[in-house]
Amino acid sequence: MGQFSKIFLAPPNETNKWKHSFPRHKFDDKLVDHTGDWYINFGPQHPSAHGVLRLVIRLQGEQVITATPHIGLLHRGTEKLIEYKTYTQALPYFDRLDYVSMMCNEQCFSMAIEKLLNIEVPLRAKYIRTLFAELTRILNHLLGMAAHALDIGCMSPFFWLFDEREKLMEFYERVSGARMHSAYIRPGGVALDLPLGIMDDIHEWASKFGGKIDEIEDLFSESPSWLLRTKNIGIISAEDAILYGFSGVMLRGSGIKWDIRKAEPYDAYSLVEFDVPVGRNGDCYDRYLCRIQEMRQSLRIIEQCLNNMPTGEVRIDDAKIVPPRRKDMKSSMEALIHHFKLFSQGFHVPPGCTYTCIEAPKGEFGVYLVSDGSSKPYRCKIKAPGFAHLAGIEKLTAYHFIPDLVAIIGTLDIVFGEIDR
Amino acid sequence: MHQLLLSLALVLTKVFREPATINYPFEKGPLSPRFRGEHALRRYPSGEERCIACKLCEAICPAQAITIEAEERADGSRRTTRYDIDMTKCIYCGFCQEACPVDAIVEGPNFEFSTETHEELLYNKEKLLNNGDKWEVEIASNLHADHLYR
Repeated sequence: MGQFSKIFLAPPNETNKWKHSFPRHKFDDKLVDHTGDWYINFGPQHPSAHGVLRLVIRLQGEQVITATPHIGLLHRGTEKLIEYKTYTQALPYFDRLDYVSMMCNEQCFSMAIEKLLNIEVPLRAKYIRTLFAELTRILNHLLGMAAHALDIGCMSPFFWLFDEREKLMEFYERVSGARMHSAYIRPGGVALDLPLGIMDDIHEWASKFGGKIDEIEDLFSESPSWLLRTKNIGIISAEDAILYGFSGVMLRGSGIKWDIRKAEPYDAYSLVEFDVPVGRNGDCYDRYLCRIQEMRQSLRIIEQCLNNMPTGEVRIDDAKIVPPRRKDMKSSMEALIHHFKLFSQGFHVPPGCTYTCIEAPKGEFGVYLVSDGSSKPYRCKIKAPGFAHLAGIEKLTAYHFIPDLVAIIGTLDIVFGEIDR
Repeated sequence: MHQLLLSLALVLTKVFREPATINYPFEKGPLSPRFRGEHALRRYPSGEERCIACKLCEAICPAQAITIEAEERADGSRRTTRYDIDMTKCIYCGFCQEACPVDAIVEGPNFEFSTETHEELLYNKEKLLNNGDKWEVEIASNLHADHLYR
């Protein structure tokens, strides 16, 4: 834990001496006769391609020599669209980036705006955000695990884990009104307070969910077939993981202790206790173990959030940023003016720029926001963790078989909403 | 071998557990009062439409799915002559109902409004008001259930 006491954002000095190791095939090109190579398309309609991934694979026999990702099939121009929307209007676009960890994306965008506005959200809002960020982490890892198992050929856990996801989405629906694209975490706090009774239900769910993780571990952790398919597959060294810009589980699986929740705690993460699981070998199996342990740690955080949930407001008390409550809006002229102003023009953000990042379930999700003082962002660059992970697929898959390629895509936990943006 | 038997036992216990699925068209999952479904335009108890054509929903809509035209009526009140929502553009973010100062446009509890053609999802004022009349009881009870939070 000592290393988390001080913040470091750049890799330590000794990493400068490391040499960038290119994928092996680049050197092999001169030595091996490639006249018999095959080029095939993997995706974009392949069920294991996790959406719209198109890989052009160069095969030697059944061995993958190179796998080149071709992206952009889900490009919606989010970053450019955001420049033409007010800060409030841009928020729902973030749900649709990484569409399996919706609230984390919103949280990052809201935090970026709050940083530019130089405001601090109320403590209750911080706890609610942390609670739902961790529920989102479980939501994401459940899908990641389920899809990974399905890709490898294990169908039943897919249904079991989706049953759990269903329960989590119900919590989403109860707080925000939407099962997926919640638009719940807003600049200045959260949209609405938690409805009565939801904390009891989350607690009840959380007390049972540990058993579900045990079931999954019973099924996979020592299963010979799971070990065959994941152990020593898609190994990436700690050095390469840093050089490729990996973050999140992809980095921790290789043994680097790096978690933004610990290094630069945001919202209520400095107030809760949790551990960060770290792998050793950097293969698919270690990353699977990391995800399992992260879910357990998320449960720990959820329990602490529920127990320590403070009372009070969930939105900042600033009529220039947060719309008034409906009761005030209907009785006070001033509140009505603020309401009209906020919903037609939006709030102004002082000029400046910020890079705000959070530990999203997939890794470091960042927003680089430039404001020119108007009510619309001048520029909004989104740093998606999956993008760097997909770029590393060439290194990860070199000299693996096609079925291993599928296992590696599963372990990358990529979602095209955020990669293609 | 031990591991295999363990897995098999786990799968076998799952067979005897209560299924997680529901018999959908006959059974439906629970919905909270905050659920954001199909849009509806509401009326006052007198039968007069609530919408005053302030166009806040049109302004806030991130997908620009709402089109409003308005003019003064013979009795001097300002009302919409046209209120269109392109349900295929709508992203169901709920900003329109948050923006509405008179609770006229709401996202009701109905989620079963799929159609066979695109045109049927281009809702006009008549369709939205009909929705409001049809779902008024549910919408009113949902708004009441949630009014302390909003």
